[in-house]
Amino acid sequence: MENMTTHLSSFSLPTVTLCRRELIRFYRQRSRIIGVIGSPLIFWFLIGSGLGGSFRFPGAQSQMNYLEYFFPGTIVLIILFTSIFSTISIIEDRKEGFLQSVLVAPISRSSITLGKILGGSVLALLQAVIMLPLAPVIGISLNLFSIAFVLVVLFIISFGLTGLGFLIAWNMESTQGFHAIMNLFLIPLWLLSGALFPVSDAAGWLTTVMMLNPLSYGVTALRQGLYLHSEVTTPDNVSLLTALIVTATFALLTFLISTVVVNKTKVG
Amino acid sequence: MLHLETAGRITPNSHHTVRMDSGISIEGLTHSYPTTRQRTTARIALSNVSFQIQSGEIFCLLGPNGSGKSTLFRILSTLLTPSEGSVRIFDLDLFQERQLIRHHIGVVFQHPSVDKKLTVRENLFHQGHLYNLRGSVLKRRIDEMLMKVGIQDRAYDLVETLSGGMRRRVELAKALLHKPRLLILDEPSTGLDPGARREFIEYLHSLRDTDRVTVLLTTHILDEAEKCDRLAILDQGSLVALGTPHDLKHEIGGDIISVSSQEPSKLAEVIRTRFRSNLRVVDGMIRIEQTKGHEFIPQLIREFPGQIESVTLSKPTLEDVFIHRTGHKFQSGKS
Repeated sequence: MENMTTHLSSFSLPTVTLCRRELIRFYRQRSRIIGVIGSPLIFWFLIGSGLGGSFRFPGAQSQMNYLEYFFPGTIVLIILFTSIFSTISIIEDRKEGFLQSVLVAPISRSSITLGKILGGSVLALLQAVIMLPLAPVIGISLNLFSIAFVLVVLFIISFGLTGLGFLIAWNMESTQGFHAIMNLFLIPLWLLSGALFPVSDAAGWLTTVMMLNPLSYGVTALRQGLYLHSEVTTPDNVSLLTALIVTATFALLTFLISTVVVNKTKVG
Repeated sequence: MLHLETAGRITPNSHHTVRMDSGISIEGLTHSYPTTRQRTTARIALSNVSFQIQSGEIFCLLGPNGSGKSTLFRILSTLLTPSEGSVRIFDLDLFQERQLIRHHIGVVFQHPSVDKKLTVRENLFHQGHLYNLRGSVLKRRIDEMLMKVGIQDRAYDLVETLSGGMRRRVELAKALLHKPRLLILDEPSTGLDPGARREFIEYLHSLRDTDRVTVLLTTHILDEAEKCDRLAILDQGSLVALGTPHDLKHEIGGDIISVSSQEPSKLAEVIRTRFRSNLRVVDGMIRIEQTKGHEFIPQLIREFPGQIESVTLSKPTLEDVFIHRTGHKFQSGKS
């Protein structure tokens, strides 16, 4: 028993300390916070207002205006940016000696993965939460239950995206490479997640791509979570339960694969 | 330096699994990096290297770039598993009991491992948590280490505001926080000016004296190797010399005479036939290892008037040891 508790603390202590380091680092770099929140907010406001008039939903969902439709997508973009910024530091950590000094410590490799991903997820969650007070302003009514639900969904999305970022960054040589992946893969992933336009609106082949995109389910879960308290029908074609299961599975998978990859890495 | 010789033979505490007095033993270490897309043949970084480091020694791995010392460093710091060979650290098998050994070693990397965005204290707290230190024990250790490396007044400053020498001290405090019995340092004086370098190596000596920490460091700087108790010289993956700086230099016997000439190889040949000297031509200079060099030089000049441009006489240095053993110059690049 005593053995088990020591084992547990030798796992949780490094995990927590690695996670805390992510938070301290992020909040010491003010420009990052502005970048991560600012650009999605500008996107939201400009695209939302600009397209607002010309955007028509198919069917009966015309009670939702575009600014409102785009809202969950904007939150997911903030999460995406934050998790990218926190995982990109893996590349810097490796170039400098920081990661090496963690790797020679007597801790399990999975606590390194978990600490890093958890840190990024908590950050992304915190950044996303800043947006929530805007919901009532654009007419989304929330109660305690829907807020709690939304927080859970936000955390799962954050965990999945940070895990994905971790996987990409771990084998990446340079931050430039990461930026290329971001533009060619991560941003399209977001564009085709139902953040900008509903799946049902898209052309045939695009629908397939969007249905295969795990992030679509995250955006759906978030949107439906935001309307949990109200009677508004959202323009989604999957159920909340399906959306939740896919999102959680994706988060779990990225974490497990990351752990395997880190364990396999022979540094040197 | 005699007290070191006995340091390794203090009565072993045999009921303990970790025997601090047993030092480090490296046996038949061979490593080759696998083929990659860029390189179709495997690169041999270490070939059959064996030597021992005694407990309480300051031991230096000296070698030019590409000599294999960095590979050896990575193996000893538990980051790399070699293709062949065995390493025992304090009587523990490095490859079987990696996790246990990690508790007993402190590593200072060539690249800074401190987080610049964190304060000195935060860095040390983080490090302590990785070694399962916490609470008041950790706080006490941190205060102790800050005092020891002399940066207590900068404890609450961000590392990025510290000078290079100060950052090195934070690195050292970090590596020593969990009281390791073996301290491994990779090119510790990179980026330090000669003054700071001397101070750093003196600090390692005092550390060894007070805490009986065994110190292993890699370097390509000859002066630094000179200040260690013993050293191993590596060249192209092989061990070419092993011993105290004094013994290694002594082995050359006498003095080093360097002769420059218009036609070095031709002159070298005639000197060789005339005096049967131990000589070789290195980098266009004739290099003669000679006992009583001061008596030899007048003979040399009398014998070959006009053919000699200049003659210098010097005591052997570690560079001479290197040339003596390998037949080529020590390419340190930027020493």
